[in-house]
Amino acid sequence: MSERVGIEVSLAVAEAVGLCDVDVVAAYPITPQTHIVEHLSELVAEGRLDAEFIPVESEHSAMSACVGSSAAGARTFTSTSSQGYALMSEVCFIASTLRLPIVMAVANRALSAPISIWNDHADLMFARDSGWIQLVATSGQQAVDLSVMAFRIAEDKRVSLPVQVNLDGFIMSHVIEPLFLPDAEEIKRFLPPFQPLLRLDPARPITIGPVGMPDVYTEARKAHDEVLKASKAVILEVFDEFAKQFGRRYELIETYRVEDADTIIVAMGSISQTASTAVDAMREKGLRVGMASICLFRPFPAAELAGVIGRAKNLVLLDRATVFAGGEISGPVALEVKSALFDRGLSPKVANFLVGLGGRDVTQQNFEEMVERVVTAKNGDLPPYEFINVRE
Amino acid sequence: MIEIRFHGRGGQGAVTSAELTAQAAIEEGKFAQAFPSFGPERRGAPVMAFVRVGEAPIVTREKVYEPDIVIVLDPTLLKIVNVEDGLKNGGIVILNTPKDASEVRRESGIKARLATVDGSRIAVETMRVPIANTTMLGALVKVTGIISMSCLQGPIKRRFGPIGEKNLSACSRAFEETRIVEE
Repeated sequence: MSERVGIEVSLAVAEAVGLCDVDVVAAYPITPQTHIVEHLSELVAEGRLDAEFIPVESEHSAMSACVGSSAAGARTFTSTSSQGYALMSEVCFIASTLRLPIVMAVANRALSAPISIWNDHADLMFARDSGWIQLVATSGQQAVDLSVMAFRIAEDKRVSLPVQVNLDGFIMSHVIEPLFLPDAEEIKRFLPPFQPLLRLDPARPITIGPVGMPDVYTEARKAHDEVLKASKAVILEVFDEFAKQFGRRYELIETYRVEDADTIIVAMGSISQTASTAVDAMREKGLRVGMASICLFRPFPAAELAGVIGRAKNLVLLDRATVFAGGEISGPVALEVKSALFDRGLSPKVANFLVGLGGRDVTQQNFEEMVERVVTAKNGDLPPYEFINVRE
Repeated sequence: MIEIRFHGRGGQGAVTSAELTAQAAIEEGKFAQAFPSFGPERRGAPVMAFVRVGEAPIVTREKVYEPDIVIVLDPTLLKIVNVEDGLKNGGIVILNTPKDASEVRRESGIKARLATVDGSRIAVETMRVPIANTTMLGALVKVTGIISMSCLQGPIKRRFGPIGEKNLSACSRAFEETRIVEE
């Protein structure tokens, strides 16, 4: 039976990963991810988790160790944030095309400079083109549940790709809240043992990751792209299986009061929860506002999103990372959304806001102001994106 | 929904107090959030921690700007921190101090409702350490009733193991000795 406990989300994620019976954890501590691997190392040291904990000397080594252990057939987990991701990114691109089902929690944090340990989505966006599946948690419970589902998605033979579980640093990772922790037996029923497609084995030597001459590189890229695209169906299947067993259903796009909404806020991560409080407040005033939260960034669920937001007249698109494009194009989330709309011939009024950068709070009032901005603006007046809540 | 802000100095356990409060509320079947002020932590520097407690699921991820209750673990903070900042009308400041309320008002200029208890003395007498974070939870129970003494037992025992009982008796003494002063 699941137990309702008051626990820090990071610790709950570590507990869930431990219950998934990982074989190898290789990680380097970095704020705000530290509590996750710290707790996993405790579980190993206390004998509660039978795994190899490799305290490496850098994130580059962490991901390198993960590549080796996953290729040897071990269920492998790591976690990082921000600069840590930046340092390991070289190896991340390799892990995905080698089709290694590593699971990595990313406690999202801004990239330097200026040095910031606080939350935004710069690391998530930096990882966008690395060929990993990118899940994004809206709530603490979802961060825990996605951590379990991530192994099943990653290790499914139709997928065999690494999976990132993104959770907002501090504002989610460091919050104590009531969470249901699955128990070991339940997880055993949900998550079959890892059976790799191929495995490094000294008795039957193979080579993985050699040079790809021009006559195979394009094929490797296309194969990777196809399997990433196809993983969406498996992700939906796993969400469904999870709902059947644990009673908590997740969607690629989580929605709140969108059915009759004229204006929809499209967000990603835990600020969606704050957005839902603004939706309630504005509904009280008679404004038909709803919220859609993107829970899968790669592969991007364009059709599902268009299905949710396609009828809205106004959209508030939120980005928590900058695109340095000199004001000519929108932020990274808005780019995806606008592209999905354009491909379907839809052209609602769209405002894109850059919010919550480097730990700046995004309040209920901010959401109400953003909705008002898009509702009152004339269509041609809205720039590709705007920073809000900025001291000038 | 009730919002609480803890003021302490790094190392005095403000974050632990917040955590225990949320866990006690969750144990009662309520909903709660606890979180530190996010950033580098330095021993001795002023720190804050926050709690929300409610009867319905708490979904906001905003910071706490207008607390209903402020708890001050260290009386020396009154000289350097405006502990009444953002406090809601009708809100209350719960203060660890050996002084009586009128003296505190005169010295600090606090205008809000006030509850005082000599938490450091109770902590020293009960646990032989001048760390009043769990002690002050007894004052919180007395003043607000948002969590109960019985629901604090589990979280405090789990957190402190063999010295959990002493923390609980410090808590009970603070509950008895806390004085609430209106206006």
